[in-house]
Amino acid sequence: MDMLLTVNDLAYSYHSLSGETQVLDGISFSIQQGEFVAIVGPSGCGKSTLLSLICRLLTPDSGEILLEEGKKVGYMLQKDHLLDWRTTEKNVALGMEINHQLTEQTYLQIDYMLNNYGLVGFRKARPDELSGGMRQRAALIRTLLLEPDLLLLDEPFSALDYQTRLSVSDDIWKILQKENKTALLITHDISEAISMADRILVFSRRPAAIKKEIPVILTCPNGRTPFHARSAPEFKEYFNLVWKELNDDE
Amino acid sequence: MNRSQKEFLAQYRRRRRIVNVWRCLLLLLFVGAWEGSTMTGLLDPFIFSSPSRILSSFISMLKDRSILYHMGITLSETFISFFLVILIGILLAIVLWWNSTLAKILEPYLVVLNSLPKTALAPVFIVWLGNNMKTILVAAVSVAVFGTTITLYSSFQSMDEDKIKLIRTLGGSKKDILWKLILPGNIPAIISVMKVNIGLTLVGVIIGEFLAAKAGLGYLIVYGSQVFKLDFVLLSIVILCFISTALYLLISLLEKICTRHYQ
Repeated sequence: MDMLLTVNDLAYSYHSLSGETQVLDGISFSIQQGEFVAIVGPSGCGKSTLLSLICRLLTPDSGEILLEEGKKVGYMLQKDHLLDWRTTEKNVALGMEINHQLTEQTYLQIDYMLNNYGLVGFRKARPDELSGGMRQRAALIRTLLLEPDLLLLDEPFSALDYQTRLSVSDDIWKILQKENKTALLITHDISEAISMADRILVFSRRPAAIKKEIPVILTCPNGRTPFHARSAPEFKEYFNLVWKELNDDE
Repeated sequence: MNRSQKEFLAQYRRRRRIVNVWRCLLLLLFVGAWEGSTMTGLLDPFIFSSPSRILSSFISMLKDRSILYHMGITLSETFISFFLVILIGILLAIVLWWNSTLAKILEPYLVVLNSLPKTALAPVFIVWLGNNMKTILVAAVSVAVFGTTITLYSSFQSMDEDKIKLIRTLGGSKKDILWKLILPGNIPAIISVMKVNIGLTLVGVIIGEFLAAKAGLGYLIVYGSQVFKLDFVLLSIVILCFISTALYLLISLLEKICTRHYQ
């Protein structure tokens, strides 16, 4: 089958004066077009490093990362990192500005996106006038405008309070679904992973390796969204399964 | 409005009034005591001058426009060296930020140059550059430029790593990080550096004028003390008080305009 992303036997170490720290060891997995994959693992296990490697910000020590020909990767960081001195519109346009893609046409596209995701009234607003959820949506639009085929989500909800977090993850999941994006989500929140993902990869402690791969199949009579997924009958079983995997190496 | 809020506001206004009244009173007291003691012969007006003598020499120098000339010279020297300091400081900070190895190499030299009392260099500048405005500008720039560079460089470096990562994930190069992030993000830092420097360059200019000048308020101070015209000296000092305050307020205004959108 055609894979959008294939990671083969990936290894990576950090170097410092006090020595070498192996972060990733023999990571192999692949992601299909349109799939939503979540990675859960203990904090500091090197999940973010994996994303930096996929995004080519770092070069692996060994192994390979194969992205389907001509496909682009987008990255969404933990915090929105909207720039204080830019309006929503200018913040959202940052990626296109950097890639010299700003034209009359793209402004229309920006307008369309802002309109679609409930930010059009805040086009000229500064980041400090936006709510946490709106900021996260603006950050998502900034990433989506570059039309990535694979979206890397690095705990993008962890800076939000619980209630906002539930609604924003629902929002963003729907947006990704609508735009038919493939996503790789990193989180340490087990429920978040189960509610959003089609498949979960459980990482071990550092040096991280994949301990288990769990396909998530939930019964949601009203259509699957992260919100409905949380009340699916299988949800608790998956939770216990992931919890056990995360905790049984001590 | 309820009673406690009214009381709070009343108390706030009362406090502000007290502060304002005392501020004015203090100035009046000082000027009055100075004038009074020189009039009664407690202080020798020849040595200590007096507010009235300062005022009359100000008016007579205003008539022949000489004071405007001296002020103009000092102000333009201050502005020129101020802009040079900001420009050179920003450029050097960018170079250091761009090349961290170079920054590491130059670090001890910058620290030494920054802590060195620059007044010690002024006589050297006269010998090298001559008794002219070049010396004054170089002296003034040297007073402020090293501190500016160090402050800006460390401020550039303290930029959030994740924001840099953001620019890189959007496909940006180091140039993009500089133009989209480091420079616009450091406007508040640049302005706060300006606030310090406007005063510092004025100090540098006066030092320069003490040593190598034919005009300017610093020259007037030295000249006045040499010919025992203390009226000139104190007049210049009073004018310097006004100038430095005005310059500071100018930058504060700039700060208000430019940093509205920064948290």
